[in-house]
Amino acid sequence: MNYLIIGNSSAAIGAVEGIRQVDSTNPITIISDEPHHTYGRPLISYWLEGKLSDEKMFYRPQNFYEKNNCKLLLGTKVTAIDIEAQVVQLQDTSFIEYDKLLIATGSRPLMPPVPGLEQVKNKFSFMTYDDAKAIKAILKPDSKVLIIGAGLIGLKAAEGITKTTSDITVVDLADRILPSILDSEAAQIIQKHMEQKDIRFILNNRVDSFSSDTATLSSGETLDFDLVIVAVGVRPNVELAKEAGLAVNRGILLDESCKTSDANIYAAGDCTESMDITTGEQKILALLPNAYMQGEVAGICMAGGQKTYTHAIPMNAIGFFGLHMITAGTYDGEAVVTHSNESFKKLVFKDNVLKGYMMIGDVKRAGIYTSLIKEQVSVSKLDLELLHSKPQMMLFDKARRLEKLGGVHNEN
Amino acid sequence: MIDFLYPDYEIIRNEKRCITCKVCARQCANEVHAYDEELDCMVADEKNCVNCQRCVSLCPTRALKIVKTNNVFKENANWPQVLITEAYRQAATGGVLLSSMGNPQPYPVYWDKILINASQVTNPSIDPLREPMETQTFLGKKPQTVKFDKEGNLLSESYPHLKLEVPFMFSAMSYGSISKNAHESLARAATELGTFYNTGEGGLHEDFYKYGEHTIVQVASGRFGVHKKYLEAGAAIEIKMGQGAKPGIGGHLPGIKVGEDVSKTRMIPQGTDAISPAPHHDIYSIEDLRQLIFSLKEATHYEKPVIVKIAAVHNVAAIASGIARSGADIISIDGYRGGTGAAPTRIRDNVGIPIELALAAVDARLRDEGIRNEVSIVVGGSIRSASDAVKAIALGADAIYLGTAALLALGCHLCRSCHGAKCNWGIATQRPDLVKRLNPEIGYERLVNLIHAWDHEVKEMMGGMGINSIEALRGNRLMLRGIGLSEKELEILGIAHAGE
Amino acid sequence: MKKVYVNEDWCLGCHLCEYYCSFANSGESNMIKAFNKGKKTTPRIVVEEGSAINFAVQCRHCDDPLCVKGCISGALSIQNGIILVDDTKCVGCYTCVLSCPYGCIVTDHEKVIKKCDLCASNSGTPACVQGCPNAAIVFEERS
Repeated sequence: MNYLIIGNSSAAIGAVEGIRQVDSTNPITIISDEPHHTYGRPLISYWLEGKLSDEKMFYRPQNFYEKNNCKLLLGTKVTAIDIEAQVVQLQDTSFIEYDKLLIATGSRPLMPPVPGLEQVKNKFSFMTYDDAKAIKAILKPDSKVLIIGAGLIGLKAAEGITKTTSDITVVDLADRILPSILDSEAAQIIQKHMEQKDIRFILNNRVDSFSSDTATLSSGETLDFDLVIVAVGVRPNVELAKEAGLAVNRGILLDESCKTSDANIYAAGDCTESMDITTGEQKILALLPNAYMQGEVAGICMAGGQKTYTHAIPMNAIGFFGLHMITAGTYDGEAVVTHSNESFKKLVFKDNVLKGYMMIGDVKRAGIYTSLIKEQVSVSKLDLELLHSKPQMMLFDKARRLEKLGGVHNEN
Repeated sequence: MIDFLYPDYEIIRNEKRCITCKVCARQCANEVHAYDEELDCMVADEKNCVNCQRCVSLCPTRALKIVKTNNVFKENANWPQVLITEAYRQAATGGVLLSSMGNPQPYPVYWDKILINASQVTNPSIDPLREPMETQTFLGKKPQTVKFDKEGNLLSESYPHLKLEVPFMFSAMSYGSISKNAHESLARAATELGTFYNTGEGGLHEDFYKYGEHTIVQVASGRFGVHKKYLEAGAAIEIKMGQGAKPGIGGHLPGIKVGEDVSKTRMIPQGTDAISPAPHHDIYSIEDLRQLIFSLKEATHYEKPVIVKIAAVHNVAAIASGIARSGADIISIDGYRGGTGAAPTRIRDNVGIPIELALAAVDARLRDEGIRNEVSIVVGGSIRSASDAVKAIALGADAIYLGTAALLALGCHLCRSCHGAKCNWGIATQRPDLVKRLNPEIGYERLVNLIHAWDHEVKEMMGGMGINSIEALRGNRLMLRGIGLSEKELEILGIAHAGE
Repeated sequence: MKKVYVNEDWCLGCHLCEYYCSFANSGESNMIKAFNKGKKTTPRIVVEEGSAINFAVQCRHCDDPLCVKGCISGALSIQNGIILVDDTKCVGCYTCVLSCPYGCIVTDHEKVIKKCDLCASNSGTPACVQGCPNAAIVFEERS
């Protein structure tokens, strides 16, 4: 048996650890176009901020590949997959055979078609270690930074550079920041908090055109900048899969064992679609925990074991300048909102189950809410007052608590 | 209105040690401790402090101690402060004063005026670690003579009896007066020790029928919880005629303690007071008592010994003689120091007589009358140690009932506030949050430890006297000497003075 | 593997486990020092209080831990069955807080996150178990 993994981030590492749960010997080859030992992708903002040194960037210890009998091909790009011959072709036209292949190619930043963007010299994405290194290399205390996109990546980038420069402007087309995970009220709280840290927001607006060091907004305003960080979204890297003839929608389509339409090919992470159980829709859930867990399921199944990946939901934990927020699920339903001690909490119920929540400030024990969403626990059996007040195990009846805390059972 | 009352105790908190963990506040059912947010420290109002020591015991930094207040009234040898305070209390309420546990007044304790013998040179002492030493004992009527046929089969009639692996039993404490967890601790300990615990007048909780072989079921004047299955469940049946803490009066379990479980076990409506009459309304003579004894024997096919429990009172010897002739197998005598879950203070502190004198008098009387073999004698009402027990056995007891000592093993600190129903140790309460403080897993183990320890000590003392069985110690008054006792006291106890 | 379990029938809600936990992880030689001058140290065990029910909850050390799988930095890992956090790697993103179905990852102002390590870094029986006055918290093997 010969395992091949394209990609070297969370999904790939999950797959290695999954394979090794079942098969401790057969070789694994990992191919990555990035030149680095596996690192925590979301750590780049912390590194940029100076919170993390280079050696703390690593997602797994230095001896990880060696310990897991992995052959590592860094800085190498796969150009094609031949599913009949069970080989992949590399940039240098050489081939590598596989018995089981995992596609964990992730996603890449989207570049909006704004006139003049191509002539901006100092433009960056904020996806990779190298992006962060490039930004750090030219960022100066007096740098004027324009960030396009007030999503998670854009705002993390803003936080990451705020210790170096204080001239940061974030522009977004939406009427609020973090539009994919927060409603207006919650977004306001975070926005105010970030504005206190001197981050300037221009919302409901977009860049109509760029010159080499200015951006003209649709409002007519002109902004000077020294560098632009583009963070308007990501696009899944599905081309390899598509060209190989695998079933691909927006992302690669998988069954519950994370297998693609080809029996020897699995996929995991940002390049795939999974079923969001809060809506029943297939979608790309580009989140690190999901990537790892898909990777692990794929790995186990590639090695002949059995495990399924279900219960996927959108979820995020993130903080800006010490203000934490945790969100999960979807927000279509009946909302219960509570404010207390500078904290905000919104619970959303539909069809008698918790569908989603947002917590800002006090996020203690949020995972209990997450588990209610994932397990689709009927709230009619729960004490609503307790449920609304804070996440707690007291919510459940004695038998359920015993099952959960008594060590008999362990759910995912 | 001022109540003239000043707290009996002061809580001394060492602020340098206090870490404001609030365990004292959380654990005090009397709400003495509280956290003051403004001051950011713990505060105390001792008004309701009963000195149960729960807070002191749980304080993780030993920041607490409780001392008796030194606030004093004007000195008066005739009117001690306690009597003045009690008068104030009654003037305010018009009520009978209530107390719990045993009589705490400074009457003489005869155990402390009796010394035990030891062998020297002749009749050598026995080392219990090297040689067999028997503390097993049997309770019940003994045949006058033992006859066998030629094949060695027993011809004499034998009677129902209890076999005790140790000379200690747990005395009657009802489910209601004490908690279910306390009962479970006693039941499990009795089972492990090979002895018996006693239901008291509260009936037998359905969960405890499995301990039936180690249970003495009680029938008292209220007849609470008595039914056929109950009588059949126990190893012996005890008719309670009296209680050392409150001779001559009945019992009163307030409705507040009669929750769902207690109500079911006692067979009375939930929330109603359970009142045991002072007398059994069907017993006005020894003949009536005999009728009840034989009714119970009949109901249980003459398979179980019947115990009659009385309080130690002035003419106890004559009463015991009557009981011995009424068909009882065992007489249990409860001294005036015996505990209670609630008794009028004046009764508890002034009625009855010491168990030492009652025991000696009863044993002597039954011997004199030649009926000592008709019954076994069990004594309770403050046997506080293994040495008290050895002295009791030498004065004629067959076995010892332990109540207070058992509660101490369970955590009781003798605050004597059982009647308040808010026992912070989870013993004398039915409040679920307090009851759970007594984990029977811990409780039963501590009881077993205590009895094992006492049993070792009994053996040690017996060995010292050159005696290797309880049978040989029983009534062996030659092994006892009095100290500082009058001729009369020595005469009643049937022992010589030290030096004689 | 031996783990910490709480029997809610015997849990009194006295919160002593929390204090013994904080003390055990404080590095101080005595409890008074650990809480000296209003020092608030967050315990890794949480007592939940109800009207008649109390129980303490701490890391279940799951065989299939969502916190470890979701960790963005690799700070959480399983070592000999015990889930440990490497303080120097944790960036405090709280994805583990989002993931843990028992609410057992503790957020704290002193450190990024804290969690029960079964007192592996201390010695012997976990401090919460030792300090429980009613044997409600036990350290034992269950299957």
